[in-house]
Formats: sequence, C-alpha cells, structure tokens
Amino acid sequence: MNIPFTAQLINMCAALLLLIAFAMLSQRRILSLINLFALQGLVLSISTAVVAYSTSQSHLYFSAGLTLLLKVLLLPWILHRLIRKLNVKWDVETMFNIPTIMLVGLALVVFAFNLAAPISQMAGTITKSTLGIAMASVLLSFLMMITRSKAVPQVVGFLAMENGLFFAATSATYGMPMVVELGIALDVLVGMFILGIFFFQIRVAFDSLDLKHMEKLKED
Amino acid sequence: MEIFWVLGIPLLGGFVLAAFGTRRDASELNAVMSFCTLVASIVLTVRVVSSGSFTAWDEEFFVDAFNVFLVALTAFVGFTTSLFSRPYMRIEQHHGKLSVNMLRLYYSMYQLFSFTMLLALLTNNMGILWVAMEAATLTTVLLVSLYRTPASIEAAWKYFILCGVGLAQALFGTILLYFAAEKILGAGGTALLWTHLNAVKTQLEPTVLSLAFVFMLVGYGTKVGLAPLHNWLPDAHAEGPTPVSAVLSGLLLNVALYAVVRSKVLVDGALGSHFAGNFMMGFGLLSVVMAAFFLSRQKDVKRMFAYSSIEHMGLMTFAFGMGGPVATFAGMLHMTVHSLTKSAIFFAVGHAAQKSGTQMMEGIRGLIKTSPTIGWGLALGTLAILGMPPFGVFTSEFMILTTAMHAYPWTMPFLLTALGVAFAAIFGRVQMMVFGETSGERLPHPPALIPVFVHLALVLLLGLYIPPYLAAWYRQATALIG
Repeated sequence: MNIPFTAQLINMCAALLLLIAFAMLSQRRILSLINLFALQGLVLSISTAVVAYSTSQSHLYFSAGLTLLLKVLLLPWILHRLIRKLNVKWDVETMFNIPTIMLVGLALVVFAFNLAAPISQMAGTITKSTLGIAMASVLLSFLMMITRSKAVPQVVGFLAMENGLFFAATSATYGMPMVVELGIALDVLVGMFILGIFFFQIRVAFDSLDLKHMEKLKED
Repeated sequence: MEIFWVLGIPLLGGFVLAAFGTRRDASELNAVMSFCTLVASIVLTVRVVSSGSFTAWDEEFFVDAFNVFLVALTAFVGFTTSLFSRPYMRIEQHHGKLSVNMLRLYYSMYQLFSFTMLLALLTNNMGILWVAMEAATLTTVLLVSLYRTPASIEAAWKYFILCGVGLAQALFGTILLYFAAEKILGAGGTALLWTHLNAVKTQLEPTVLSLAFVFMLVGYGTKVGLAPLHNWLPDAHAEGPTPVSAVLSGLLLNVALYAVVRSKVLVDGALGSHFAGNFMMGFGLLSVVMAAFFLSRQKDVKRMFAYSSIEHMGLMTFAFGMGGPVATFAGMLHMTVHSLTKSAIFFAVGHAAQKSGTQMMEGIRGLIKTSPTIGWGLALGTLAILGMPPFGVFTSEFMILTTAMHAYPWTMPFLLTALGVAFAAIFGRVQMMVFGETSGERLPHPPALIPVFVHLALVLLLGLYIPPYLAAWYRQATALIG
C-alpha cells in the first residue's frame, strides 16, 4: 500500500491532535493547559495547510492562516494575560480519578470512530480517515468541560471543542464556505472577550474562579 | 433594500448607543431605534405579502411568508419592550441597582441582540444562521449578569456554557449538512444556501441528513429550551433584568425554533418520512410534561413564568413536529400569541416585583388594591397564557389539541394532564398575588403599562377574529413548511 507523503503527514497531524486532546484531559496546571491549547491550534493550522497544498484548495490556506492568527497567537495571548491579571497562573486543579477519566475518554474515541465510519465512507476527501479523530477530539473536549470545576479550564475546553469542529469541517468537506468561517472566527473572538470580562465578574462575586461556589441556583 | 434597513438600523443603534448610552435620553434613543426597525420591517412585510418571497444580495438573504412574520413579530415586541424598559430601568436606577455605565451596556446590547435575531431570521445561509444564533447568546450573556449579583453571574455562566456547548452540536450538524449538500451543489458558497438546498432536498443523502438533523435539533433545541436541555432557561430568566426576560422568552426562543423548523423542511424532503417530526414531537411532549410539574414547585414569579415558556415552546415544537396544515398553522399562531402574551406578563411582573421589592411570590400581594393596572395586567395576561377563551392562546391550543386527538390520540393524557397541572399551579399563585391585603408603596416613576394592554388586546383580537389577510398569510407560510 502506497500512501502519498502528504496524506501521511495529515494522518500524523491527526494522531497528534488526538494525543493533545488526551493530554489536555489530564493536565492539571492551568498554564500548561493553555500551552497545550496553543499547540493544538498549531497542529491544526499545519494540517490545514498540508491539506490545502495537496488538494490545491487555495481558500484553505486562508483558513490555515486564520487559525494560526486566532488560535495560536491571539487567544493564547489573551488567556495568558488573563491568568496573569487574575493571579491564577500557577494554579493546580485537584482532579480525582484521572485514570478513570482517561478510560472514559478511550471509550469515547471508540464511539466516535464508530459514529464517523459511515460518513467517512461517503466522503471523497483525502482526509476522510481523520473524521473519526475530529469527532473524538470534540467529545474529549466535552468530557474535559464536564470534569473541570474551574472557570479557565472550562473555557479552554470550550475553545478546544471549537478546534475539533473546525478539524471535522476540514476533513469531511475541505472547510466551510469562507463567509461562514469568518463568522465563526468572529464569534469565537467576541466570545473570548466576553468571557474575559466574565472571569473578573466571577472573581469579584465569588472571591475565586472555582465554580464549586456556584451552586445556589438549583431546583430543590 | 428593505432588508438592508431592517438589519442596518439595529446594528447602527448598537454602536450609537455604545457611544451615547450614558446620556439622559438614551432610553428614548433606544426606543426610537427600535421604532425605526419596526417601520422598516413593516415595509418589508408589506412587500413580501403583496409580491411573494424574494432573495437579495447574491441570494445571501431570503424572505418568505414564514420568516417575515417572525421578523414583524420580533421588531414589534422589540419596540414595545424598549418602551417598557424606559420606566423600568429608571426605577431600577432609582433603587440603586444599576449605574449609568450598566445602562449603556444594556442599551447597546439590546440593539445588537435585535440585530442578531433579525439576521438569523433573514439569512439564507445555514452557516450564517448558526453564527447569528451564537452571536445572540453572546449579546445576551452580559445582560443576564447585568446586576452583578452572585446569582445573576452564576445564571449567565450557566447560560453561556450550556448554550455554547449546545450550539457546538448545531455547528456539527451544519457541517454534516454541508457535507451532504456539497456532493450535489458543489463546493463553495451556494451549498449552504437554504433556497438551493430546498430545491435539491430530495437528492440529499438520507443517512447524513438524519444525523445532521439530530445534531441540529439538540443544538438549537438547547436554545429553544426543550427538556432535558432547558436548565439554563429558568435561571437566565429569573436573574436577568425583566426586559431581557421578556425578549428572551418572547423572541429568542421563537428564533431558535425557527432554525429547527428550517432544518426539518430539508430533512423531510430528503427522507420522505416522519423521522424529524417524531423527534420533535418527543422532545416537545417531554418539555410540556416536565415544565408543568416543575411549575408547581416554584417560589420565584419569574422562574415560574420561565417554566411556562418551556411548556409553551414544547407545545409549539410538538405542533410543528406533527406537521400538516392545521398543526403548522396552529404552531405559528401559537408562536405569535405566546410571544405577545408572555412579554406582556413579564412587563407586569417586572413592575409588580419592583413595587414589592422582591421576586418571591409570597412577598407580592394585593396588586389590584395598590396599583390596579399592574394587577389587572397580570391577571388578564395569566388568563390568556393559561389558554382561557376568548384569548388567542385558546384558539391555537385548541387547534393543536384537536389535531393531536385525531392523529396521535395516545398523547392526549400527557398533554391534558400537563395543561391541567400548569393551570392549577399558575392560577392559584397569581390569584394570591393579585388579590389580598398589602402594604406596598408607590413606584418612584409611573410604570409603563401601555405595552401590556396593547399586547393583550392583540391576543384578544386574535382569539376572537383572525383577519382574513393574516389567515391567508399564515396559510402561505404553512404551505412553505408543510
């Protein structure tokens, strides 16, 4: 079996993305988590550029550039600034049962591959085998959001989920139409700013960024 | 050109009010902007009703009878809510709950929120629809936390995270839709345009589309407030300022349901079965039943009416899920009357809570004695929302129930029990709030009650007599979505 070099490169990027998703799931330090998020963006951007090169879809170069700008430079920079200002840079989250979470994550990956199998058979793109990984990283980010109790890691999980969706769009269809991609990028950026404001509001109201304090609004 | 004005005025308004929102007359400016939007949308409506649907700007925008009715409704309730928020926000400021800068944020975001909803309704691109829905969350999240109390911040955080995750599912659904469409329509801009998709819907790959629909229903359904994804809704309604609760309940939920219905049309065409309808009926029925039972346990008046919104959105989802001319007509009528009635109720409840100094129902007593207009507004609004004749809600609920009785008789026990439980729960509590003894004080500014009675009068009118042109218009829309 002879797989072209670019396809091998794309597959390697996909494998890296899955690895990073697992690393984020188990990472307890906030600073490292943000760095992992930046790394995920970088791998995503490289793989998009490789897809663009191998299929000569020129608009994908633009997407890759946008990803590089937004998810590797801008968002991590904002997050770094925020955690410095909020003085949570060296925070370590206490998480229990990391092995159990990893096992649940493994089950999710199997589930994602099964779910993606019928779709990727229909896809005509060279990236079709990576669709399963894209779905898996969406689900893993989702799991990460559920298992975290601090505000910043939850947001990183949210952004990582968006990365996974972007990867799904590239691998299934070579990316969404440009106008939609720009709109999504705008939403992510505005969302980040609003969340930034929000972190400060949460800290003023609860004296901490730990969401465990938020348990007042419940149905009894 | 009309579309340009309908979208341009609120967008401009957002920036103008961000710049001048600290002026004393900012609330008037807000109302004027909303009024201009209303005028533009009426012009647009007249054009669509008289000359049929059309697309504009390289087919990026699309107007037909279905979305123009929601545009008109959104602009109308947006305008009346801006009238209501003028005295309401002044009283809040007088009570020291809001500062001038918070008010500026409120006015600016209010206009941008209207913009995002109108964009979601008018766009022809399913991707932009998603972008606009997400933007609608972003503009309202800071409004929910406007008071900066711990409870309101918690509510806003929950709203942001739950709706964000929900909408991520909808984005995945949209990607799948594009994946299926790209095979037929080719890559590029046109493959997500609803009009193009609608033209080729029978050729779209059924398995992919059914998967796409499930994701979109779950995603946009979170925003509709369908059980079991409704958790954000009561908190956001109870903790945000009342005008925000009114527009969330009256408008945003409708727009999210609109997104679901648009996707349903495509899936129905591709599958040729009742797959999508069954899902919607299931979620709708679950929401109606669940909301009715939670209703009776509420102590906060805004939370109670938030659960009532979940119940009514469930009923509409159920109606659109059943499909067919009568149920779809009833669903659209119910969208109209629910959004008019529920926003009127929130207006009255807002002033009642300001008078009593609490949102807890045990603290609100004897409204009719101290301020008859607020009391009567709340009493009549409640009767209307509970589906008492001769109000319009009765007409639409009656149509939904009779259709369900013919087509799906097994749903009857659930629906009737739920409606009965909801009636008993709400009626008993509102009666205590409206009548009874009180020592409440007067409000520092006269309350805005004209919007309440205008809304209720319209609902009453729709119950007694639906003008023929309106019926024809609804029927046109019904034919479009089947």
